[in-house]
Amino acid sequence: MKRGTVSGRTDRDGPIRVVAEVVTRRRTGPYTTLVIATQELAARSSPGHFVEVAVEAPGTLLRRPLSIARADAAASGVGIVELVIGPDGPGSAWLAEVQTGSHLDVIGPLGKPFPLPQRPARCLLVGGGYGAAPLHYLAEVLVPLGHRVDLIVGASSESTLLHSIEAKRVAHSLQTTTEDGSAGMRGRVTDAIPDVVARHGSDVIYACGPNAMLAAVSVLGGQLGVPVRVSLEERMACGLGVCFTCAIPVRDRDGEVQMRRSCIDGPVMDGSRVDWRLMGLGHVVDAMGGGADDPDPTEAGADPTDRAVVA
Amino acid sequence: MSAADLQGAREEVPAVDSGVDLGVALGALRLENPIATASGCFASGREMDRFVDVGSIGAVVVKSLTRLPRKGLPTPRMVETPSGMLNAIGLQNPGIDAWLEDDLPWLVEHGATTVVSVAGDTVEDFVHVVRRLRGIAGIAAIEVNLSCPNVEHRGLVFALDPEASAELVRAVARVADVPVLAKLSADASDVVAVAAAAVKAGADGLTLINTILGMAIDPVSGRAELANTYGGLSGPAIRPVAVRVVHQVHAALPDVPIVGCGGVRSVEDVVQFLRAGASAVAVGTGGFVDPFATETLRDGLAAWLSAHGFSSVRDIIGDVRTGHDA
Repeated sequence: MKRGTVSGRTDRDGPIRVVAEVVTRRRTGPYTTLVIATQELAARSSPGHFVEVAVEAPGTLLRRPLSIARADAAASGVGIVELVIGPDGPGSAWLAEVQTGSHLDVIGPLGKPFPLPQRPARCLLVGGGYGAAPLHYLAEVLVPLGHRVDLIVGASSESTLLHSIEAKRVAHSLQTTTEDGSAGMRGRVTDAIPDVVARHGSDVIYACGPNAMLAAVSVLGGQLGVPVRVSLEERMACGLGVCFTCAIPVRDRDGEVQMRRSCIDGPVMDGSRVDWRLMGLGHVVDAMGGGADDPDPTEAGADPTDRAVVA
Repeated sequence: MSAADLQGAREEVPAVDSGVDLGVALGALRLENPIATASGCFASGREMDRFVDVGSIGAVVVKSLTRLPRKGLPTPRMVETPSGMLNAIGLQNPGIDAWLEDDLPWLVEHGATTVVSVAGDTVEDFVHVVRRLRGIAGIAAIEVNLSCPNVEHRGLVFALDPEASAELVRAVARVADVPVLAKLSADASDVVAVAAAAVKAGADGLTLINTILGMAIDPVSGRAELANTYGGLSGPAIRPVAVRVVHQVHAALPDVPIVGCGGVRSVEDVVQFLRAGASAVAVGTGGFVDPFATETLRDGLAAWLSAHGFSSVRDIIGDVRTGHDA
């Protein structure tokens, strides 16, 4: 693959492969943001999509799935896609050292993005750790469409809080939480949610972060009567729909559990349909005061992202 | 090496139409080219239509199908290991009836050379699935996934035992109306004996090898990395084992067609398998990293053969030189 190459079925919608130049590299605490120049990928991307990036760390084989943290097909005349690299693992360590001017082999966009509200809505975006990255992108898309955006970003401490000046500028309100109280409100994102929902009357919650956080937010959303869309994290070998490693237990409309691939059917799913107990997160559901069947599926008509309701 | 050289590190190969004959035969089954997909690594085929033309692949071996739908195992189902990965999926599949209705018509419509991988808990399970495939157009061959625990024999995996393998292959071959490939495991203490037993029982060809059973532990938490504790190791880590098995079996059974499989990433890997004695080569885990692999390996193989003075891929099958026969 030559630099700048675009391959795949470029004549249709869907994922392509690009070898794109890294034009900017930024360090934010333990996180590294890489900005790659690719008009083709940017034009196809929406918030919630992810990409699979090839890494060359010794002994590694698989690509790394990364959420698209921002895409702008018009930026600088070339189009850019931003990726945020976390601090864990040899693949991430390799990616974090990729220098400006070098190239990345990227396949995307992959997965189903966040479903956008079909009517004017008050949206609460909740992010934990570096999982907050794609929510800034989501806020940038929601606000110009006339939706209200309230943002809650949490982390264990200030050093791992994903700051974003852009997000602060675009969102109508921003609340930060840290478990050790080193920045913002002491506690977890779930401690901040009820107050924001009460004050702003949130119609839908979009959540992104560790699965335990997503489970807690989903149970809380059920208790508050607010639908929750979660972007799940599960180990993924391919990200393309063929390996079946990233399966998530999801209850279908009959209540039966189906193993759905988070790369093709997700990564964004209805938090009320995910069976968190089967994912080994029963302790989180219990701690949130959830019942055996919690979270309860959202009532018909309550979810502003539900196309069927509008139609 | 810089990121710019990613997957571009190998010699640049001129595109297609080198005039090289890539056609191979697996017994009665003719393939336009020797590059196949490995079972379980290409799902139903439809997912990969976003990247490649499934009709241009030598053979599409679909994810193993069972008598009834299977939901598979809990997660984590995967962990990356040095130059490879462990997986324990648990044969998640829609079941043979749903596959025949939903997936096969799509493969036929897109011109795929379809090989159906069959799995089960008992010999009767396998036979049930194979019976459902009888007389159905668009199925090129059946691959028997012998790496299944036989619940009638204390869960002993068929492929570990020559007699159990022979019994299963015999039962399948009796009802199949297309060529039957037996997919064997290098976990067997004597894989050549299992191969000979499978061929004697009616296998028309062999797929070598399935994943190798392995385990990984998170040293800090002390937990097994996979929910299933054990899983199948795949990727370049197992390639030398796979090449060795292909060579051993080809030496013992030179007339039996072999599909080589295990850690194929590059054209050079494909050539190794062919020289060891494989007539076709399946890409598995490599396709996770490079969804275009079937096309790039096919074109790259033609270019490689041309550059090295061969006019047909068949010229190098089994031509490895060993020891002093230089």
